[in-house]
Amino acid sequence: MSDATPVRKAKGTVFVQPEVCKGCSYCIEFCPTDCLEFSREFNAKGYHFPVLGRPEDCTGCGLCGLYCPDFAIFGMRFKDIEAAKAASLASHPTR
Amino acid sequence: MSETTLNDDQDLSGLPLVDNPVMPYLRQERIPHIWCPGCGIGTTVNCFTRALEEAALDLDKVAIVSGIGCTGRVAGYLNLDSFHTTHGRAIPFATGLKLANPDLNVVVYSGDGDLFAIGGNHFMHAARRNMDLLVVCVNNFTYGMTGGQVAPTTPIGATQTTMPFGNFENPASLPFLADAAGATFVARWTVFHVRQLTRCFKEALGKKGFRFIEIMAPCPTLFLRRNRLGDGVDMVRQYKERSVLRNGADTKEVAVGMEGDIVVGTFVDRERPTWLEAMNSHFSSVLGDRYRTYGG
Ligand code: SF4
Ligand code: SF4
Repeated sequence: MSDATPVRKAKGTVFVQPEVCKGCSYCIEFCPTDCLEFSREFNAKGYHFPVLGRPEDCTGCGLCGLYCPDFAIFGMRFKDIEAAKAASLASHPTR
Repeated sequence: MSETTLNDDQDLSGLPLVDNPVMPYLRQERIPHIWCPGCGIGTTVNCFTRALEEAALDLDKVAIVSGIGCTGRVAGYLNLDSFHTTHGRAIPFATGLKLANPDLNVVVYSGDGDLFAIGGNHFMHAARRNMDLLVVCVNNFTYGMTGGQVAPTTPIGATQTTMPFGNFENPASLPFLADAAGATFVARWTVFHVRQLTRCFKEALGKKGFRFIEIMAPCPTLFLRRNRLGDGVDMVRQYKERSVLRNGADTKEVAVGMEGDIVVGTFVDRERPTWLEAMNSHFSSVLGDRYRTYGG
């Protein structure tokens, strides 16, 4: 790889529950790095939901999760994911 | 899942293996909620639950009370001790709850119609007496649940089902009202200001006295559609463009209309004895040793 273009590296990612999204686009509109976009397919309710179109730009800042009125998306820094996974597994022992 | 599958960390039903940070604070069996696409109320709930988390409060000591209306549903969705009262009566119920359980942190979470029309008298008197309550008003400038009638907050010129030719009634400016009635903390944010709102919730949860936070939120189904203002996201974009931060602003000057600046920030932050403190100090001075102070 040439070192002319610095490679951006994602610092976080998003988790989406497509079926609860109502397509309001708050997350897409207000993501500070503009890395979300609408999916091409629809969910069962007929809405396009957000997908990480430019994953390399996601900082895991979590703003999308603060905006989402339907609790359908949230972002997280990679470094926080393991602890969060353990915590949520503990609260859903059946999984 | 399909080609655009989102993340490896999801199970086959698409459920993330990591919980949304809001989830522990919700009654999950009641989710998805009933709010319309683009309604701002859910956003305020995110901010409130993040503030609860950051404030590290003992959740057994936090109670939430709502009246009737779309925002009134919040008490039912939050996994806290909660009560959904009759229309307009969230503040009187919360007053009783607080006085009988002085160590509870009582939050009233309701809409503009509930708190300021049918419940307006209670708001005024609880602020005047400095009841130790945090009152959160999600203001969408209309009666959502009942079909878009004119509310005491509807700006002049806005069209509503009961004002088909546009509203001509002077709306109430909520921060001014709260300030004049004696609230010790008065702030306004919009659904655009999620970080600021979270911080504001946290700050207000840690204070005493009658604290009031107004949150401007879009009601796409009734207010925006009737006034051809677009979708929820269009309104939130307007909030972003029209808002001006002015902490300590004179509350006489923060009224909002259909156009023009939306002044946001913390307008009032002062100390005054709460109703219980005033009662204790009064009876202690009048009755001396014969009086036993109640509830710290
Ligand atoms: S976590 Fe932050 S950067 Fe990543 S998608 Fe969400 S808002 Fe954008
Ligand atoms: S903010 Fe939530 S409901 Fe709105 S489009 Fe994004 S994921 Fe869907």
